[in-house]
Amino acid sequence: MIRALKPATIILAAIACGMVAPAAAKEKVKVGFIGPLTGGVSANGLGGRNSVDLAVRLRNADPKSKYEYELVVLDDECKPNIAVQVATKMAAERDIIAAATHYCSSTAIATVDVYHKFGLPVVVWGAVLPDITYRNKYPEVHRVNGTMINQNETNAELVTKLGYRSFAVIYDTTDYGKGHKEYFSAALAKTPGKIVGTFGVGADQQDFTAELTQIKALNPDVIYFGGLTPIGVRIRAQMDKLGIKAVFDGTSGIVSDAYIQGLGPLAEGTLAFREGAPVEKLPGGKFFMEKYTAQKYDNPPEAYGAFAYAAMDLILDSIEKVGPDRRKVIDELANVKNRDSIIGKITFDDHGQNTVSVITKYVVQDGKWVVWEDSEYASGKRKLPQHK
Amino acid sequence: MDPGLLAQYVMNGLMVGMTYALVAVGFTLFFGVLDIIQFSHGDVLTVGAFAALLTFVGLRSAGGGAGAILLLAMIIVAIFAMAALGMLIARYLVLPLRTAPALNTLLITLMLGTVLRESVRLFYPQGANPKPFPALLPSNSLSLGNFNLRLDNVIMLTAGALVIAGVEFLLNRTKLGLAIRAVAQDEETARTMGINFVAIVLIAFAIGSGLAAFAGIMNGLYYNEINFGMGLYLGIIGFAAAIIGGLGSIYGAILGGFLFAALQTIGTVALPFASAYKDVFAFAVVIIFMAWRPTGLIQEKISERV
Repeated sequence: MIRALKPATIILAAIACGMVAPAAAKEKVKVGFIGPLTGGVSANGLGGRNSVDLAVRLRNADPKSKYEYELVVLDDECKPNIAVQVATKMAAERDIIAAATHYCSSTAIATVDVYHKFGLPVVVWGAVLPDITYRNKYPEVHRVNGTMINQNETNAELVTKLGYRSFAVIYDTTDYGKGHKEYFSAALAKTPGKIVGTFGVGADQQDFTAELTQIKALNPDVIYFGGLTPIGVRIRAQMDKLGIKAVFDGTSGIVSDAYIQGLGPLAEGTLAFREGAPVEKLPGGKFFMEKYTAQKYDNPPEAYGAFAYAAMDLILDSIEKVGPDRRKVIDELANVKNRDSIIGKITFDDHGQNTVSVITKYVVQDGKWVVWEDSEYASGKRKLPQHK
Repeated sequence: MDPGLLAQYVMNGLMVGMTYALVAVGFTLFFGVLDIIQFSHGDVLTVGAFAALLTFVGLRSAGGGAGAILLLAMIIVAIFAMAALGMLIARYLVLPLRTAPALNTLLITLMLGTVLRESVRLFYPQGANPKPFPALLPSNSLSLGNFNLRLDNVIMLTAGALVIAGVEFLLNRTKLGLAIRAVAQDEETARTMGINFVAIVLIAFAIGSGLAAFAGIMNGLYYNEINFGMGLYLGIIGFAAAIIGGLGSIYGAILGGFLFAALQTIGTVALPFASAYKDVFAFAVVIIFMAWRPTGLIQEKISERV
């Protein structure tokens, strides 16, 4: 008799409790975060961790949410071998439903197979290598931030819109430079712009006068450069020596103070592009910073914090909608189209890549990298060389 | 080809070739007096360029003066500082190893090069980044079609040629030069003739290292940018140039320097593949040269008798 009574009492008690305090009855759901929490780029990892934590806290504080979320945080140290270990650990734990993962490209690309094998849906929040989403077609892997491809599309779009038509391409022959050359050439093919010459150079080359003399004969409007700051500085300086007046159009690789210090006034008018954006430029940047500051975290969100927040928010939305089930969450993420978020609209293509990526355009003005839209070049007050 | 364009290539080649030749002359001098390869020579060039930059920064913050005076001060400080560094290297690293196998000298100078290079990177403020080098020469230029003739390039070429001519005069027309040549030819006979062997070696190292400092400043003025790694590459090319020319011969070194620059220019301009391969091409030709003429284009007049 007593035995039979027990379950009934429990159910009754549960109902009673439910009526008094509905929050306590919420089912617990685990979600994950992986990023570099130690090592050289840990500032970015900690900023991402805090931002994801913020997304979870805000959701738990929301009375309308169906579940109570618990965040599991693991450190990939920005090392591929460590990343595979922690990714396996997270993916093998079946009650973790989905995760926001990786800032470093090397760790993100190393772990995609693990997520695929274990069927864990992930949203990459910071790594920019195109291959992470495009090498395979894994339904588990998504990414909210843009890639080298988007960066070059934005680049080609802006320079052709400014009226430039002929381009000489210089790239360093590393994977980074080659990737930029390929994606820029592909992006430019869709515009009226034309490439008049392509030059591969060594990543530590000193003298570019021979290449630049050839370029001078080709007389392009723009010299596109896919590579990093040190040789970017040399090429820009030697352009001047040879009297080449073309616009110098770079990639994220030269967006650094060292570029400006290395060139002084010659840096003026250099264009460059970078994935992501300063927080204050994002659609939901103000909201995000207010909430972030209110939590009094030890570290700032850094460049990709808002993306980490958006990645986790997307995961939580999906779980709310279809329930805590990995399979269903994957199906739900496949349908993300035109979704509003603090980083703007999110639309995943068939590879899980956000196609509405945020790319920031920069131009050097008075010894600073200035966001293009805020610059005197965009307002027409100053003019780039040969501007038509 | 368009004549203006051709003239531009020749000018670029001459400028680069002059730097290579200045470095190669240093290698050949050291080899001449001591039969050793001083592998930190390229990094002495880097330190020289940075010494000049430091002089510039120091003088300017102290009030400065006109561009020409600043430049003169930079050249004097850098050349004398590097001459002193060269003598220190000779006195405390190379001469004590006279009796040890040649491999030891090679290794110790190679390691010294790394020490110099890394020291610039670590101790110069933000030394890992490229540094802007002031443009102190008049930058007037004459545009002739595709050819941009710059006054500063002409000044540098002339100055480089004068320096090399000066070294040549010193070696072939003065008593000091005679002593250096005597030591190069036969150390023991030179000693018995009353020549102070150690002093001559130190002087040869001072001259070679001073030349490297001059080349470093020229490089800085030409590119308006210097960095901690510039000497490594220039050192290897200068060494290769000295080898094709014929180690021990000053004319060979000069010829080798300009030849190497010509090869690089041809590799970029005339060959169908990406210009990234220009060094592959140039060094491949050096290898073929060495197989063809193992002693270089111009041989040392007296071959060593064992």
